[in-house]
Amino acid sequence: MEIMSVELDVFVGNTTIMDEEVYQFWLDGYTVSDAVKVRMEGGVLEECEASAEVLQSDTMDQYRTFQMCERLLHTPAKLANQLLFQIPPHRQAMLIERYYAFDSAFVREVLGKKLSKGTKKDLDDVSLKTGITLKSCRRQFDNFKRVFKVVEELKGPLVENIQTHFLLSDKLARDYAAIVFFANNRFETGKRKLQYLSFQDFAFCAGQLISNWTVGAVDNMVEDMDVDLDKEFLQDLKDLKILITDKDLLDQHKSLVCTALRGKTKVYSEMEANFKNLSRGLINIAAKLTNTKDVRDLFIDLVEKFIEPCRSDRWTAADMKLFLIHYTNSAHILDTFKHQVTWDRYMGVIKSCILKMYHD
Amino acid sequence: MPGKLKAKIVAGRQLPVMDRASDLTDAFVEVKFGNTTFKTDVYPKSLNPQWNSEWFKFEVDDEDLQDEPLQITVLDHDTYSANDAIGKVYIDIDPLLSSEAATVISGWFPIYDTIHGIRGEINVLVKVDLFNDSNRFRQSSCGVKFFCTTSIPRCYRVVTVHGFVEELVVNEDPEYQWIDRIRTPRASNEARQRLISLMSGELQRKIGLKVLEMGGNAVVGYLQCFDLEGESGLVVRAIGTACTLDKLSSLPTAALPAFPQHDKNCILSVPTPTPPLPAGMGSGGSVGKEGGPLKTLLRQQTQTALEQREFPFFTLTCFPPGFLVHVGGVVSARSVKLLDRIHNPDEPETRDAWWEEIRQEIKSHAKALGCHAVVGYSESTSICEEVCILSASGTAAILNSRFMQEGCLDSYSEHRLSQQAVFFSAGSERGEFDMFLQSKDSSASLGLEEPSPPSCGFCHIPYDELNMPFPTHLTYCYNCRRQKVPDVLFTTIDLPVEAAITGKGCLIQARLCRLKKKAQGEANATAISNLLPFMEYELHTQLMNKLKLRGMNALFGLRIQISVGENMLVGLASATGVYLTALPSPGGIQIAGKTPSDIAYEQHISNMQKKINDTIAKNKELYEINPPEIIEEAVGSPIPEPRQRSRLFRSHSESSDEVWELDLSHGKKDAFVLEIDDTDAVEDIHSLLTDAPPPVGKSGTGPHISQLQMLTEDLMFTSVRVFRLSNVNMTNQGLNKIFNELCENLLKSLYFKLRSMAPCCLCHLNFVVAVPEEDLIQVSLMQPTLTPQLDPSQSSRSPTTISENEEQLQFPLELCTESPSSQPFSPSKGTGTEGWTVSTSVDYSSFADRCSTWIELIKLKAQTIRRGSIKTTSSQEKASPLPEGRSRSLRSTKSCSGSTVSVVKMTPLPFLPGTKIVKYLGIINMFFIRETTSLREEGGVSGFLHCFIAEVFSMVRAHVAALGGNAVVSYSMKECVFMENPNKNQAQCLINVSGDAVIFVRESELEAPTAPPHTSVAQNAGSGADGTT
Repeated sequence: MEIMSVELDVFVGNTTIMDEEVYQFWLDGYTVSDAVKVRMEGGVLEECEASAEVLQSDTMDQYRTFQMCERLLHTPAKLANQLLFQIPPHRQAMLIERYYAFDSAFVREVLGKKLSKGTKKDLDDVSLKTGITLKSCRRQFDNFKRVFKVVEELKGPLVENIQTHFLLSDKLARDYAAIVFFANNRFETGKRKLQYLSFQDFAFCAGQLISNWTVGAVDNMVEDMDVDLDKEFLQDLKDLKILITDKDLLDQHKSLVCTALRGKTKVYSEMEANFKNLSRGLINIAAKLTNTKDVRDLFIDLVEKFIEPCRSDRWTAADMKLFLIHYTNSAHILDTFKHQVTWDRYMGVIKSCILKMYHD
Repeated sequence: MPGKLKAKIVAGRQLPVMDRASDLTDAFVEVKFGNTTFKTDVYPKSLNPQWNSEWFKFEVDDEDLQDEPLQITVLDHDTYSANDAIGKVYIDIDPLLSSEAATVISGWFPIYDTIHGIRGEINVLVKVDLFNDSNRFRQSSCGVKFFCTTSIPRCYRVVTVHGFVEELVVNEDPEYQWIDRIRTPRASNEARQRLISLMSGELQRKIGLKVLEMGGNAVVGYLQCFDLEGESGLVVRAIGTACTLDKLSSLPTAALPAFPQHDKNCILSVPTPTPPLPAGMGSGGSVGKEGGPLKTLLRQQTQTALEQREFPFFTLTCFPPGFLVHVGGVVSARSVKLLDRIHNPDEPETRDAWWEEIRQEIKSHAKALGCHAVVGYSESTSICEEVCILSASGTAAILNSRFMQEGCLDSYSEHRLSQQAVFFSAGSERGEFDMFLQSKDSSASLGLEEPSPPSCGFCHIPYDELNMPFPTHLTYCYNCRRQKVPDVLFTTIDLPVEAAITGKGCLIQARLCRLKKKAQGEANATAISNLLPFMEYELHTQLMNKLKLRGMNALFGLRIQISVGENMLVGLASATGVYLTALPSPGGIQIAGKTPSDIAYEQHISNMQKKINDTIAKNKELYEINPPEIIEEAVGSPIPEPRQRSRLFRSHSESSDEVWELDLSHGKKDAFVLEIDDTDAVEDIHSLLTDAPPPVGKSGTGPHISQLQMLTEDLMFTSVRVFRLSNVNMTNQGLNKIFNELCENLLKSLYFKLRSMAPCCLCHLNFVVAVPEEDLIQVSLMQPTLTPQLDPSQSSRSPTTISENEEQLQFPLELCTESPSSQPFSPSKGTGTEGWTVSTSVDYSSFADRCSTWIELIKLKAQTIRRGSIKTTSSQEKASPLPEGRSRSLRSTKSCSGSTVSVVKMTPLPFLPGTKIVKYLGIINMFFIRETTSLREEGGVSGFLHCFIAEVFSMVRAHVAALGGNAVVSYSMKECVFMENPNKNQAQCLINVSGDAVIFVRESELEAPTAPPHTSVAQNAGSGADGTT
C-alpha cells in the first residue's frame, strides 16, 4: 500500500528554466508518462543518479511551464514584452522556433487544403497515417491557421509579415509563406501522382510563384499581394496560345529548339517526336490559369502533361534543363511572337518548378 | 503638510476582455491614497488604453506616506451596472522617502486580481516631494533605511551598531471578521492584502522611530513576519538591528576591494583604540583574578555598553572583521502558547509579553555561556489551530566594543571610568576569564588589544573553563595554540570571513517527525511542550552524528524549525558543516551492542562499525579534509576519547513560567557510542548512512569546484511539495523514514534540475516545513541559489593582486573546457599548478563565508561538466538555432524588448557574485493572496501554485524595475500558506516575500573609470522601466 502520496509538487525559477529535450517531447504530444519513459531509456538517470520519481516530477514541472507559456507563443511578439516569465532572449527564440516548427510528413498531408474546421476534424486520420500524435497534429494545424489568419489581411511582403508577427527564422518564415500561399490558392498536392514530391519541392515552387506571379511582384503595397496571383497576368497568358494554335509559329519554334539541341542530348529523337505535345501541354496550362479550378491543378497538370512524358522517355535532369532553356529562349527569336514579357514571366517560373519537381 | 505624493497613470496593455460583445474593454483607473481617490477618464474600447492622465496630487502627512500604500485599481466602465474591477496594483512608496534610495517609481506593473491572477499591465509614474519637518515629536520616521540583508550592506560603512529593535502590530483578520459570510472570499482577501500592506507600513514606521530614538539611521537584518492566528487575529511583527551607516560614495571604485574589506580598511585606518594600561586605579584589586587588565577592560566596556540595552541582540549573521571576538554557541528558546482573542489591538500586550519572556530566556542563556550578546538572532512561530510555538534562536557571542559606541574612539577614555565601576560588580560575579589570559598579556601589552589571530579568535571559548556551563571538552586552539577551544562549535551565523577552514563545507540536515495525539486547548499545549525537548534532543544528536560522519567540527547558519500539526510535530535542522582548522579533529563514531550476545550479532555490529568508518573516510576525501597532523601536546586532554559537549542551550516553557534546561550531554555516557539496543536504533544508523551526498558521478573523480563564475543566467528557485500520508497506523519510526526520504528526494530533484549547470555550487538553501493539515506535510525549498563556480570575488583580495586575478579568471575556463576530468582541482593534488590551488582554498573560504549559510557542492561526470562550463561562456551563440542574418534581427528585437521588460535578478544572498552593488533602492516587502474556484481547470493544486509563484516573481521584478533596480538581494519567501478544498474545487494560497532592491554593475564593467557607469546604469534601468508608450 502506498503510504504517502505527493499532493503538490512545483519547482519555479525566477528565470524560467526549460529543458529542450522535454520541450520537444511536449511539442511532439507525448504524455508525461511517455516522456518519462523515453527519458529513462535515454540514460539521464544514470548520468545523474536520479530516480524515476525525480524524472516524473521534473517532467511534470516542465510540462506545466510549457502549458502556461503556450498562450504567449500564440502571439510570439508578446513573449518579449510579458512580465510573467523571465526568459532570456535566446531561449525565447528557441521556444518560438520550435513551437512553430512542423513535421514534413504532416505538412504534406494538409498542404493546399483549406485550413477549416473540416480539415481539422480529419486530423485523426492524418495522425494515424503519419504516426504523429494527434496533439502534435493539432498544434501544427493551429499554427498554420493562426499564421494564415494574421497575414491574410496584411499589406506588404508575406515573408516579412510572418517574420515580424511571429519572430520566426528566415527559413521557417519562408516555409510558412509557402503554406499560406498553398492554402489560399488551394493547390492540389494530395493526388497519388504528386506523392513523390516533398514539402520542400512545393515550398520552392511557392517561392517562385510568390515572387513572380503574384500581385506583389508588380506592386508591393497592396493587400494579399503575395497571396493572390496577378489576375491581369493570368489573363495575358491566354495570348501565349498563339504558340500552339499558329501552325507556323509552332513549327518554327520546334525547329529552333531542335537545331539548338541536336547532338547535345541522348534523347534528341524522343524530344523531337514529342515536341508539339510537350509545348501544347505547357501552353494549355498557361491558357487555362484564369480558371480557379485549373490553378488548383497546376502541379498535377505539370506532372501529367510534361514531367511524366519526359520521364517515360528517360530524360535526364540535364536533358530537361537544356530543353527548357532553349524552349524558352527560342521563343524570343520568333518574329511574330509579341508576348515576350508574359512569356518570360511564365516560363521563368515553370522552368524552375519543373526542374525542382523533376526527380524520382 | 509635510509631503506631496504625485501619481500619473500613463497606459495599460494586454488588458482582459471585459465586454464579451465587442471583445474589448472600457477601462479607467482609480488612484487612491489614504482617503483621497482620483479617477482617470474612461478609455473606451481598447485592450491597450492610453490614459496619459494628469498628475494626481495627494497632500499627506509623512506618517501616512509611511503607512499607506498607493492603491491603483483598474476598472471596466459599465453604463448600466456596477463597474467591474479588473485588478489592482499596490505600490509601497517607502523607497521614495529616503533621500538616498529611489527618486521615482516608473514602469509597468502587473495588474493583479486575487481570483484571476495577473490581468494585463499598467504603466504608472509616482513621485514624492517631501518638505522638511522640524517637529521633534513627529510620528514618522521617514528617511530611515531598511535592509533585509543580514550583513552591513555593501557600499555602506558602519559607524555604530546600536542594537536590537522590535515591534509588533495586531489587527483582526478580515477573513474572520466577516464570519457571517456576507462578503465574498474575494472581498475579504482583497481586504486582507490591503490590511497587511498597511500594517507593514505602520510597523516599519514604528521601528524607524525607535531607530531614530537610538540615534541610528538604518535597520539592517530587518525580519518581518506574519502570524495568521485565525480567529484570534493577525499579528505582524518585525525585528532588526539599528545601525548608523555611512554611504561609501566618493571612493574610486577601482581601488575598492569587495565589501568586507571596506570595513576592515576603515577600521584599521583608525588608530587602534588602545588605552594605556589602566594605571593602578584599583583594577588590580578587583580584577586580580582575571589578571588580563587590558582585555578585561575591553570586554567590560563592551559589556556595559550592551548591558544598558534590554536585549543585546543582533539580527546580523555576517560582521565586519574584528566585530566578533568570541562565539559561545547556539542559544535557543521555545515556548508553547494558547492563542486567545486579542481584545484590544492597540495594546497587544500579551504578544509583546510572550516575546519578551522568550528574549529574556535567550539573554540568560547567553549569559550562562559567558557571553554578553546574541548574534544571528531570529524569531519564528508555528501555529496550528489555537496552539502556537514561539521560537527564538541565536548565537551567544562576545563583541568588540568599538562598533557599539558613537564616536567610539573619542569617547573611549571618558566612558572608561564610569563603566569600569559597573564592570567590577558584573565581572567578578561572573568570573568569566580564563587563566590563560595571563600568559597572553605579554603580547597584549605590546599595544595590541586583540592578541588572538583573526582566523581562530572567534572560536576561543568565552566562558570560564573551570566553571563551564555544560560539560565539554577543551583543547588548545589548533591554530594559535594559546587559548582553549571547544571540540565542536554550533552557530547560527555565517562563517566569518577571516575564519580558517580545512577542506570544503556541506549541507547537514537533521530531520524528525513525532506523532502526537490529537487534543484540544491546554491538553494539546502540554502534550506539545512535553514533546519539544525530546525533539530538540534528537535533532541535536542527529546533527552531531552527521557532522562526525563527515569528519567536520562546526556548524554555521544553523536553523532549527519545529512545526506543529494536528497529529504530529515535524522538526528540521539545517546548517553548513565545515572543518574549522582551529578546532580539534572530530573523533569517530562507535557502535556498541546492548548486551554481549551471540557471535552473529557481534559480527553484525562490527560490520556496521566498518561501514561507518568507511563512510567517514570517504567523506573526508570528498570534502578534502586533511588537517595537518598535529602532535598532541601535553596541554590538551587526550582526543581519542571524545565526549559529547553540547553547545545547544535551550529551554521550553509552557504557558506557565516553568523553565527547565535540558542536559544534552547524555548524562555521563559517551555520546558517540551509538547503542543499538532495538530495531529503532538500527534504523537510525541506517538513515544516518543513507544520507545521499550530492551527485559525484559514478567515477567519483569529478573536478572539484573552486571558482565562482559570473552568472549568465539568474538562478533562483522556489520549490514546494506537499505530501499526504495515508497510513493511519503510522509509527514514529516509519514517519521519520518517510520524512527523511521526502527531504532527500527534494534535494535529488534539485541536483537533477541543475545538472546542466554543473559544476556549480548551491548555497543558502532554505528549507521550510509545515504541517498544513492532518496527514499533510509541506516542505518548501526556497530560493536555493545556484552559482556556477568561479572566480570572482577575487576582488575580495587586496587590490594589489588584481592582475593576478584576471589571469585566474581565464585559467579555470580553459581548464574546464579542455581537460575536464583528469584534473581534479583539489589542493592536495595540484602541485603543478601552485597558484591555482592556493586560490582554490582561498576562494573557497571567501566564497563560503559569503554564501553560506548552507553550501552544497555538486559534482557531475566529466562530460556534463564540460557542457556546463562551456555553456557559461558560449551559450548565447550556441543556443540560438537561427542562421546569422536572422539572429541579428532577433537581437534587435531583444534590445527593443529590453526597453519594456528589464531583466531583474533575484538572490537570497546579500550579493551577486561577480558584481558590485552600487545602490540600495529600498526594501521590497509584498504580500499576495490568490484564490480559485476552478482548481481542476487551472491544472490542479500544482498548476495553481506554479502559476501563483510565477506571478509573485513577476510582480517583485516589476516593482524592482520600476524603482530603477536590476536585482533583489537577500530575497526570501517568508510565508507560503496553502489551503485547498478539492471537493469544492477550491484552493487558496498566501505568499509573503521580501528583499532589498538594488542596482548592481558587473565587476568587469567596473574595472575602468569610476562614477559614470553607475549613474548611467541607474538611468538605463530607470528609463528602461519607463517603457514604450
